[in-house]
Amino acid sequence: MKRIITACVNNYSGVLNRVTGVLNRRQFNIESISVGPTEATSISRITIVLNVASLFEAEQVTKQLNKQIDVIKVSDITDEPHVERELALIKLNTPAATRAELLSVMEPFRANIIDVGAKTVVVQVTGTSEKIDAFVDVVRAYGIKQMARTGVTGFLRSSK
Amino acid sequence: MIEATKSENGSQLLLRTLKKQGVEMIFGYPGGAVLPLYDALYDGGIPHILARHEQGALHAAEGYAKVTGKPGVVIVTSGPGATNAITGIADAMSDSLPLVVFTGQVATPGIGKDAFQEADVMGLTMPITKNNYQVRDSKDLPRMINEAFQIATTGRKGPVVIDLPKDISLVKISEKYQETVDLPSYQPTVEPNTLQIQKMMTALAAAKKPVILAGAGVIHGEASTELLVFAEKYNVPIVNTLLGLGTISSVHELFLGMGGMHGSYTANMALTECDLLLNIGSRFDDRLASAPKDFAPNATIVHIDIDPAEIGKVIETAIPIVADAKAALKKALNTPITPPDTQEWRQQNKARKAQYPFSYDRENTDEIKPQKVIEIIGKLTNGEAIIVTDVGQHQMWTAQFYPFRYAHQLVTSGGLGTMGYGIPAGIGAKLGAPEKEVVVIVGDGGFQMTNQELAILNEYGVDLKIIILNNQSLGMVRQWQEKFHNERRSESVFRTQPDFVKMAEAYQIKGSRLANPATLEQELTTIFAEKGPALIEVLVSTTEHVLPMIAPGSPNDQMIGVVNR
Ligand SMILES: Cc1ncc(C[n+]2csc(CCOP(=O)(O)OP(=O)(O)O)c2C)c(N)n1
Repeated sequence: MKRIITACVNNYSGVLNRVTGVLNRRQFNIESISVGPTEATSISRITIVLNVASLFEAEQVTKQLNKQIDVIKVSDITDEPHVERELALIKLNTPAATRAELLSVMEPFRANIIDVGAKTVVVQVTGTSEKIDAFVDVVRAYGIKQMARTGVTGFLRSSK
Repeated sequence: MIEATKSENGSQLLLRTLKKQGVEMIFGYPGGAVLPLYDALYDGGIPHILARHEQGALHAAEGYAKVTGKPGVVIVTSGPGATNAITGIADAMSDSLPLVVFTGQVATPGIGKDAFQEADVMGLTMPITKNNYQVRDSKDLPRMINEAFQIATTGRKGPVVIDLPKDISLVKISEKYQETVDLPSYQPTVEPNTLQIQKMMTALAAAKKPVILAGAGVIHGEASTELLVFAEKYNVPIVNTLLGLGTISSVHELFLGMGGMHGSYTANMALTECDLLLNIGSRFDDRLASAPKDFAPNATIVHIDIDPAEIGKVIETAIPIVADAKAALKKALNTPITPPDTQEWRQQNKARKAQYPFSYDRENTDEIKPQKVIEIIGKLTNGEAIIVTDVGQHQMWTAQFYPFRYAHQLVTSGGLGTMGYGIPAGIGAKLGAPEKEVVVIVGDGGFQMTNQELAILNEYGVDLKIIILNNQSLGMVRQWQEKFHNERRSESVFRTQPDFVKMAEAYQIKGSRLANPATLEQELTTIFAEKGPALIEVLVSTTEHVLPMIAPGSPNDQMIGVVNR
């Protein structure tokens, strides 16, 4: 089962190493991991998407991560109301004749073309991982030359 | 913020901070990257024990930490000094011993460039420390050191490494610096949740067959008095883990023995049959619960642990309590219940204890039985000595046959099972508790891993009695090969041995070799009556096995080699 776990950590060198070290040692499978600054300069947010066998395992992950001195707070946000986004850049084979059609395929996904070459274009799409998976499936027929995905980042929704 | 004195360099500031922390002694070994630190040490202030190998320095610091409850402090140099220290750091992590270890590092400009004697200490020690630091600015030193001490000695204790580049230890401090710790994200839970304690007490009131499993957490939390009061007040028998031995006197009526692989039949049956298991400060290690699914099958499990990550890690827990052992027991004692009626249960355990004591072939007088040696030492020391072991059969016989009386009494490598631990840990234990008699029990194999530390005994006047139980083999390996590998004794029997008595003499220590079962007790009595370090090689049976035993993966009630008296 897929779990989204976020960790606020002290922005020191080596902390990411500690986090991935803990996951690796306990043989947890990381699907994606993303790191970046937060509203506080001294704190980074790490968002980890994991594939675990059970909720029990997910709880073990959060406990083990929480134990690290430089980890401030760990939350499994999967079942909480949350926002999550991932960004993908996809370079597609697109001879001039196919481009108009591509635009119509992109439309429902609100994807954008951000670079145009002679034989290829680069498309940017953001959304949940599921949406990106769906988009990738749709455009696969064009021939994907290159793809880069950021992994998920996210946090809890504002309380209503 | 504190104004710098301008005249002080990083090393001097470091030592001054250690003094403020109350550090009584440092275990270490010098080298290029820590020359400035040793130069500062030359001016005195804190006594330094020069080990003969960094592993020795680490285990000595562990022995010191184990008997005193205070943090052991170590200095080693960069590269090979740090890598030699790794085993001891990992050992301390496994057994939750507080250490602050300074590793020298090459000067900042050389880091990451494969400089002479550079090793990536941060990377190497990350998974085997509670936390590690690399000092990038000397004005951070006091704060980092104080944080290291706080982290090492609070919550679940453990080793902290501070990696110190040479230039940082040399440079004069000119900026203002901070001494106070800054650890907002580190707040170990000490006080238990009242509701959870109430749940535990309600469960206890309803129990017919309750058992306490007391682990090292009781010792680290200095909670053995509370444990005893609690157990006596509610008539609950106690099983110890290896590292929990001493939390209750082994002659106490409620003591059922050590549980697990080489534990007592009574203890393992109590763990199997109990209807309520109060685990206080044990982590359900696989040597205790080698078949987690079948462990304490009828019991409601209560687990008190200061480390939340331990709860539910191995055994599903009905009543989790995150707390320090002492705080939890105190609160439990303040939560009145009608004590459960455990009369029948205690009778049952008592009968088992009488029927299935640890045993060996006492009739055999042709050879010295290693168990007999431990029994004699128990008698000669009145069960009051600090006992230090290495790892192997002798360690298990010591756990089975020495009559432990008090907390902090047994110094042994439980989690990592590190051969070579015994001699240096014994040295550290004696230095930490000079008023106590300290006896080290080692195998002929493990002795040869760190015997170089014998050099320390005379140099620092460390009065240790060291017993080598020489079975001419790596006994524990041999036992497993004989039991589980068709007696194929692959590389476990020594073809040649050094002359251990001569080795003792080479270090100017009294050495004796005891081989006669008939005179053993009398000879040991004479040696133990004399002051000063002594090495005693006892030629014991070369075929003996540690029994009873739970085969790995089997549940606790399936012990082999149980002898009915
Ligand atoms: C550093 C290290 N290497 C290997 C082992 C594996 N091992 C466990 S017990 C043992 C045999 C120990 O032999 P000895 O020191 O003679 O003690 P005995 O078992 O005979 O009492 C070995 C090799 C270990 N625990 N530690």
